[in-house]
Amino acid sequence: MRSTLTASALALTAAFAASTAFAQGDALSGDLKIFLDTSNPAPRATMEAMIDRFGEMHPELNIETTVIDREAYKTQIRNFLTADAPDVATWYAANRMRPYVEAGLFEDVSDLWAEPEIADNLASTKGAMTIDGKQWGVPYTYYQWGIYYRKDLYDQYGLSEPATFDEMKSNCQTLLDNGVKCYTIGTKFLWTAGGWFDYLNLRTHGYDFHMEMAAGEVPWTDDRVRQTFANWRELIDMGAYVDNHQNYSWQEALPFMVNGDAAAYLMGNFAVAPLREAGLSDDQIDFYQFPAITEGVEMAEDAPTDTFHIPANASNKEAAREFLRFVVSAEEQTIINNGENLGQLPVNASASIDDDKFLEQGFAMLSSNSPGGVAQFFDRDFPAEMAAEAMQGFQEFMVFPDNLDDILARLEQVRERVYK
Amino acid sequence: MTVTALPDTEPPKRGWYKRNEIAVTPWLFLAPAILFFAVYVVIPIFQSFSISLYDWDGLGQAEYIGLGNYAELMNDRAFEVSLWNNLKWLVFYLLAIPAGLFIALFLNQTVTGIRIYKSLFFFPFVLSQVVVGLVFAWFYLPNEGLLSNMLALVGFGPVNVLGDPTWATYGIIAAGLWPQTAYCMILYLTGLNAVDPEQVEAARLDGAKGWKMLWYVIIPQLKPATFIAFVVTIIGALRSFDLISIMTNGGPFGQTRVLSFYMFEKALSEYGFRMGYGAAIAVVLFLIMLVFISYFLWSMYRDEQGGR
Repeated sequence: MRSTLTASALALTAAFAASTAFAQGDALSGDLKIFLDTSNPAPRATMEAMIDRFGEMHPELNIETTVIDREAYKTQIRNFLTADAPDVATWYAANRMRPYVEAGLFEDVSDLWAEPEIADNLASTKGAMTIDGKQWGVPYTYYQWGIYYRKDLYDQYGLSEPATFDEMKSNCQTLLDNGVKCYTIGTKFLWTAGGWFDYLNLRTHGYDFHMEMAAGEVPWTDDRVRQTFANWRELIDMGAYVDNHQNYSWQEALPFMVNGDAAAYLMGNFAVAPLREAGLSDDQIDFYQFPAITEGVEMAEDAPTDTFHIPANASNKEAAREFLRFVVSAEEQTIINNGENLGQLPVNASASIDDDKFLEQGFAMLSSNSPGGVAQFFDRDFPAEMAAEAMQGFQEFMVFPDNLDDILARLEQVRERVYK
Repeated sequence: MTVTALPDTEPPKRGWYKRNEIAVTPWLFLAPAILFFAVYVVIPIFQSFSISLYDWDGLGQAEYIGLGNYAELMNDRAFEVSLWNNLKWLVFYLLAIPAGLFIALFLNQTVTGIRIYKSLFFFPFVLSQVVVGLVFAWFYLPNEGLLSNMLALVGFGPVNVLGDPTWATYGIIAAGLWPQTAYCMILYLTGLNAVDPEQVEAARLDGAKGWKMLWYVIIPQLKPATFIAFVVTIIGALRSFDLISIMTNGGPFGQTRVLSFYMFEKALSEYGFRMGYGAAIAVVLFLIMLVFISYFLWSMYRDEQGGR
């Protein structure tokens, strides 16, 4: 606590010094309108503090921040980008930003990415921000996905973190024999099932195949896709997942793990905070990378990236660009992603990771053990319409695995229409 | 000089408004209503018709595709499911009318504190649909829920009403019936106040009682209340949305969608934004509603004719 405070204070002074040097060159003035979707209390406070720091550096600038509910933001963005554009807006990377890029509503910020400060430090997320060879925004945070598990339960039954699918299944069998479900999941809002498909597909056929699917180049009725589902079915037939998962949201599925009725959860790092709040200590929860399935397929991970963009209709693009530079700077990245704030991974390679075992493991995994590539997430990599239909199909498959042929035929129909 | 000195025998020249006052005034009074009704109801209906002929994501250029969206609807299984669900809603939601009638008959007596009982029965209608949805969603929970626990007492296994594609829609309709029954009850309670006691007396003298009394004497007098209950229930069934959104979010795998929810999903939700397709669904829903609305309007018109 103390060390982070001093660190942030130091970073602040550093940033301040840098800014005064800068301010002499060209002082920013006018209005800067920032729209945020970080409506949960902790992220909201983090972002507002960050904007305050930016404001201190540019006293002439009149900053106006609007925080919009995260879900409502997803529909409102269409209106405000066209009608009353802010200067900076949050959004998501990859295919999720494609509709706005194609409609010409996001500003091309390739010039920022050409600056050495950004080009050198943000290389890992450049792909996710690139469409048609240009960059359309900057990332500000990302987080790993993986399997969060009850270490105490694993220890109790003599299990260790699995490295292969066979170990994963044998672990699961042991747990089931002891009356514990292997994985909790809540598929009411569908996307959680997308995470399972992502990993099973990435591990069965690798990143490139997964991305070919996302680009619509592989029919859903392809035998390789069926192979992925066959692997999935093995887990379903074992009874690996909690029953009635179609009734629960992802939060409502947490108690199964907290109460010890289920041993693990394939989730993003944001699941750690509620698990801790529910009373699990760091000795009880741990993290492992989703095990390998097909031998020789390079490991690839999901790491959804949240981003800042400049709307094409923004009025103060100069100040907006400066704000984007500020957000991705190493100091700010260190501050906003630490455990007290967002508790996620910084996008800047020179930033330091907070002293948190999940962040450290996640960072190590993404930087050294994900040679295949880094995907965003099912509903960000696949076009929205395909993703919606597919995730609904995944949910149906998880409840009625026998419907697979029907589901795949339906998805194939959608694919033919969506990617025409 | 002399001419001007004469008194003016001609009536004063009246303004255009004065001359047409009788004809114009009603229109003036109606003007605000007509304006807003046109802007917010009539014009959007025609706009929906026109958007439904386009392929449009709400952002870029709209591409004219004629009846393409409707052709796609014909082969869309999710649409078919929604249509059937709408039908289920229409049929089963009407149960609120007899249920409301019987509760009203039951409560239509003078006992101490009857007002309290009446307000308690009316209570669910005051609750927001969202709250009703949440309460029923918890009630239906497969393991922790009250329903499963009650069934367990009688020796039945746990049921997962909202997770089972065949039962989920009925589960939601049952939740919807709770407030709707209360609504129909209040309509009938006011109707019962207007029942002519002399007719009841006369019927009693003629030996009518029980079901016969209800069927031949009371219910015919409740016709206006029945009509209103019918209208609000049909319309309520067709616009069911909140409960579905709260209780199942259209799931499991889209089996509880109705047309209004499907339209929302396709046009306005997180993964939607097919405005043309959404508009096409809305048009279909509108046509279905039109059947009922025309019937209601026609029967109201007929009543007015008869009343004169």
